[in-house]
Amino acid sequence: MIEKALTGSKRYWGWVILLLALMGAGLGCYLLQLSRGLTITGMSRDVSWGLYIGQFTFLVGVAASAVMVVLPYYLHNVREFGRITVFGEFLAVAAVIMCLLFVIVDLGKPMRVFNMILYPTPNSILFWDMVVLTGYLLLNLVIGWNVLEAERNEVPPPRWVKTLVYVSIPWAISIHTVTAFLYAGLPGRHYWLNPLLAARFLASAFASGPALVIILAFVMRKFSSFDAGREAIGKLALIVTYALTTSMFFLGLELFTALYSRVPGHGLPTIEYLFTGKDGTGNLVPVMWASVALGLVAAYLLINPATRRRESTLLFACAATFVSIWLEKGIGLVIGGFIPNPFEKITEYAPTMPEILITVGVWATGLLILTGLCKIAISVKQATGHAASPSCGASASPPQNSA
Amino acid sequence: MEISRRTFLKLSGLGLLGLLGAPVIDVLAKTDRARVARAPGALTAKRWALVVDMRKCWENGKGTCRDCILACHREHNVPDIPEEKEQVRWIWTEPYENAFPEQGHQIGAALSGKPFLVLCNHCSDPPCVRVCPTRATFKREDGIVMMDYHRCIGCRYCMAACPYGARSFNFTDPRPFINSVNPAYPTRERGVVEKCNFCEERLAAGSPPACAAACRYGALVFGDLEDPGSAVREILRTRYTIRRKPELGTRPNIYYVVG
Ligand code: SF4
Ligand code: SF4
Repeated sequence: MIEKALTGSKRYWGWVILLLALMGAGLGCYLLQLSRGLTITGMSRDVSWGLYIGQFTFLVGVAASAVMVVLPYYLHNVREFGRITVFGEFLAVAAVIMCLLFVIVDLGKPMRVFNMILYPTPNSILFWDMVVLTGYLLLNLVIGWNVLEAERNEVPPPRWVKTLVYVSIPWAISIHTVTAFLYAGLPGRHYWLNPLLAARFLASAFASGPALVIILAFVMRKFSSFDAGREAIGKLALIVTYALTTSMFFLGLELFTALYSRVPGHGLPTIEYLFTGKDGTGNLVPVMWASVALGLVAAYLLINPATRRRESTLLFACAATFVSIWLEKGIGLVIGGFIPNPFEKITEYAPTMPEILITVGVWATGLLILTGLCKIAISVKQATGHAASPSCGASASPPQNSA
Repeated sequence: MEISRRTFLKLSGLGLLGLLGAPVIDVLAKTDRARVARAPGALTAKRWALVVDMRKCWENGKGTCRDCILACHREHNVPDIPEEKEQVRWIWTEPYENAFPEQGHQIGAALSGKPFLVLCNHCSDPPCVRVCPTRATFKREDGIVMMDYHRCIGCRYCMAACPYGARSFNFTDPRPFINSVNPAYPTRERGVVEKCNFCEERLAAGSPPACAAACRYGALVFGDLEDPGSAVREILRTRYTIRRKPELGTRPNIYYVVG
């Protein structure tokens, strides 16, 4: 089916070339980083993880959120999602690949990355994160590909694929939980040392991921003949609504504990730094307030049924949700955890140009993978006549458990 | 067809076992890495600890003496990097409030602003060892928390985990920043983490750590915490000592005499 990604309109090729150019720029900067070291980034002794690990953390959430289209379809027989589950799975594939790339570009000695496999270390959460992420990547590749293959041959997917789907559901939860454990188990990092962190991660992921799927659905409808269908988008929008409000509620819980108790060990110094700035510093203050403002606007538009159903406002709300969570999790959470440092001193962090270009390059790689996979899926759906008519599309590959 | 498939499965199963088995055997073999034979004359202990008598240091050193820091950094080829954000430090000073943030206002103005020597605490329950995905950071039986520079992949997870800011990462190639190279100790490469190693290389040769040896006033006392007759135990019995961030449960093995 791969060949389907290699044919397309002028616009398709324009997009592909743009992504390739961004990847090239990123690769160039990465070669610079290989030759000069992480000194070309804005990271320091005090803020030893930056943009790269922030993106990694955020994208694990996007990957995990594929479960929000897969689970309703397979467990609750929500037929409207039948046409789009494969996109959810492919989104997960692209997101996990980006995660792995972000870890690799962050390493000081990337050529030694296999030490993680050669000397497996069960006491390290990073080891388990690698295990669950690679497992999740394989699961989604195999599932997505086989479901699509079955759809092309107009047969139901083989039974073992369904078994894998059931495995993939708790697995998706596990990848984001383990990623939260990377942070939540560290003594002395008060902003992260928080049992709520995994729950917060999942809630924010289940908002940002489906928001991206909705945006993706609109893009596909505009640029191809594939239509996800109103019902599917409506149901996804509800998921985004509930997840976003839950996520904001969780953030509020954390803020309350810290601000009302005023115990430094509950992250108060970091929260002050993030939201008001401290001792004349405050690089992240606009980032955090932008995140809060976008989140509130998105929540308002989503909770209100009229604006949730209107396409233009829904699209805006989804974009706002995605950006809000990206700012909070991909930037504020990871960097904030290092500020103040163990000596209660503030060292600020700002990414450098090469660091930003490497980050953009990895995103472009992910988008290229996603574009290719979606292109293949859309071509298959077109060929089998399941692309344009939402009414019959739902039965493309019905779940076999009519529970 | 059937047979060849079975054979294939068997063979791949065996191969997988081998792949999984090798590291397992490795793990088992690794457990006695710390028990390598010590040279005769080596200093040994059940649990090494360092007592820093800050009183002696302030009274005699007047806050300007840097003998211990210089001796350590010279001994271990620690680079002198001007860029503050990328500095490599094994032992240095921090004002009292910063070294003991949670206790800052309990003891009173007597300690306020006073410089404290800080270094890796060689914690008894070290989070840096717990998080390291390659076992490049590991704890020896005598309590020394060690770095294997050749194993480290530079993920910097240990830096996030250490609550004492004791670890440094080589953002850039350290060699141009070493004033005079000590050929007896290796220099590091770009991309790995490093920190104080309690002078394990000197202990193996029968000498005390460079910092303790360099202090003219005997402010640094190194010894076995599990030996009731040791000098460190004697000080702990008779003087008032504090440790950094004891509330975190890492159980530091660096003690500070403050009264
Ligand atoms: S002080 Fe930091 S680096 Fe040293 S053993 Fe403790 S946690 Fe590890
Ligand atoms: S940076 Fe090196 S020593 Fe630190 S956790 Fe990673 S591999 Fe271990």
